[in-house]
Amino acid sequence: MNDSILEQLVLAPVIIPLLGAGLCLAFGRYAFLQRIISIVTLMLVVAASATLLYRADAFGPQTFNVAGWPAELGISLVADRFSSLMLIVSTIVTLVVLLYSIGQGIVEYGRKTPLSVFYPTFLVLSAGVSNAFLSADLFNLFVGFEILLASSYVLITLGGTNARVRSGTIYIIVSLISSVLFLIAIGAVYAATGTVNFAQLATRFGELPTGVATLLQLLLLLTFAVKAAVFPLYAWLPDSYPTAPAPVTAVFAGLLTKVGIYAILRTQTLLFTPDTLRTLLLWASILTMVVGILGAVAQSDIKRVLSFTLVSHIGYMLFGIALGTQLGMQGAVFYIAHHITVQTTLFLVAGLVEYRAGTTNLDRLGGLARLAPILSIMFFIPAMNLAGIPPFSGFLGKLALVQAGVEDHEWLAATGVVAAIATSLLTLYAIAKIWNRAFWQPKDEDELPSASLTMDWTPTGGSLYGAKSVATTTQRTTSWKELQDDSRLPARMAVPTLALALVTVGLTVFAGPIMGYADRASTELLERTPYIEAVLSK
Amino acid sequence: MSPNLILVIVAGVMVGAGVTLMLERSLTRILVGFVLIGNGLNVLLLIASGPAGRAPLIGEGEGPMSDPLPQAMALTAIVITMGVTAFGLALAYRAFQLTGTDDVQDDLEDDFIRRRAERDEASTTFEDTELDESLPDEEGADEPDDIGVSTDTVRGEGDR
Repeated sequence: MNDSILEQLVLAPVIIPLLGAGLCLAFGRYAFLQRIISIVTLMLVVAASATLLYRADAFGPQTFNVAGWPAELGISLVADRFSSLMLIVSTIVTLVVLLYSIGQGIVEYGRKTPLSVFYPTFLVLSAGVSNAFLSADLFNLFVGFEILLASSYVLITLGGTNARVRSGTIYIIVSLISSVLFLIAIGAVYAATGTVNFAQLATRFGELPTGVATLLQLLLLLTFAVKAAVFPLYAWLPDSYPTAPAPVTAVFAGLLTKVGIYAILRTQTLLFTPDTLRTLLLWASILTMVVGILGAVAQSDIKRVLSFTLVSHIGYMLFGIALGTQLGMQGAVFYIAHHITVQTTLFLVAGLVEYRAGTTNLDRLGGLARLAPILSIMFFIPAMNLAGIPPFSGFLGKLALVQAGVEDHEWLAATGVVAAIATSLLTLYAIAKIWNRAFWQPKDEDELPSASLTMDWTPTGGSLYGAKSVATTTQRTTSWKELQDDSRLPARMAVPTLALALVTVGLTVFAGPIMGYADRASTELLERTPYIEAVLSK
Repeated sequence: MSPNLILVIVAGVMVGAGVTLMLERSLTRILVGFVLIGNGLNVLLLIASGPAGRAPLIGEGEGPMSDPLPQAMALTAIVITMGVTAFGLALAYRAFQLTGTDDVQDDLEDDFIRRRAERDEASTTFEDTELDESLPDEEGADEPDDIGVSTDTVRGEGDR
């Protein structure tokens, strides 16, 4: 009895947030209740994920067939080591971002005027992400994607301001196209193999003619590459993310692209042999790293710089996957965990900067190190971590990936290693630019940038395609004096950010055990049999 | 398995028409395109299920059943398409309220870059200020005034 309850735990990360979302909607008029419900819900999910992590590591992949249908017919959920790690990291990040957004809501809108749709949507997003991580068949993965995408559409256009509708539209259309591609891929896979279950596909793909198998692999990769923002399919990301509210951007940056990477890793290891399309993937990873970071260097807004570093660092994970070796996979798994936390922290900090200084435009910022020392530290540590300065986890992840590339003894892998190191240095440059201009250099009282330099200048002579204005959100204009007199950081926003910053440090401190876990996870991924047996034995 | 040719053609035409519509700038047309593609893909799922048989109910009649799994998938896909379309329509209406049109607007950065190109300006992030002023860069060597105010100055012939 006890055992069967624990078996059903796999369902918890999907079903609990959905229930919570329903409750939140029911109590839409009571902001306080909504907050309590969402916090309790996500805490339960974190607890369930932690238990799953332990059980998946100790007893092998945890499976559950929904409604008792056999895996071939019904929906089955599987938590192996890799899924569980993704799950625990993503739920912790989601919980922290929720706390941050509650803090921000109270600070910005007051206690009485909540956005009643925010919490339910946020919980549904969490359910979608968990479903994508746990699903053991292509179609359920599609459903997971759709759940998280549908809620992300709502979150990215929250409030329906002009800027958000504009950038949200692009995001939604790109997502629609990738969903359509995914559906085509599912139809084609089913026509070719007669199943969508991962475990069955793993054996049946081997029996297909090479041409058909490669075509299906390309279709799936294309779908996931759009979601993961891999070069050349990344252009939607840097435009759409920065305009959303800070917590929304943070959770998107942390989770949504990683779901795409997760799907690539899962299908590459389980369904296909890693060797096919290896060259293509390696090139894609190299170009993602380099093009992404060059974009980041060119930007002059913190959120945009961070969006481009996000694209760029997707390349690292893809590099590990493309290598296909055990060390490469281990590095990729570790890097995903590292990158989710670090990137989210940085976006939360960017939100705090915006709150504190009224803008994230580097041309207008300055002197934050003196103005807000704690904020500066909260930026500095994850930023150095992102750039890969030893001894942080970013360095360790990159080291593992570089090592995997060097061991490969091939010119393309060697190029990848060079690109990885160059990207790391350029990341440091981009981060140092933010640090110098926003935090370190004193704010010049007199120097206001000329109108053409700032993001919110009004266009002359109407916009290009009939739109009235391309202006972004109105920004608080503040002088240095005003900023100094301003109240200090709102603790309700700062404490969650600090907590997440500490988690990133924790990933460094406990890098040994986590690397060990990533090692076991990648072994399990490459062996394939534990997963297949766990799914089909039921 | 031999797929039904008519269904294949139907799916192809629907998806083709949908793609054409999706390439338009108006959000409403894009949505109609999405709906067409979605329905085309449901037909595709039916093709994937193989030859049609009797209704997939156990204990109801003889003969081979249709494959129920793609039907379930198509059903789910229909629901998802409907939800997303509803949201898209609301979005198109909101865009119309805000701007008087539901055209998909350009990427902000593209817009800025295009305007700068029209005015022949350098990018915001083109910084001479961080360079060591004692070392003239090739382009700015003959225009010493340029340092620090590069963004307001029309760049030299090198740009064109």
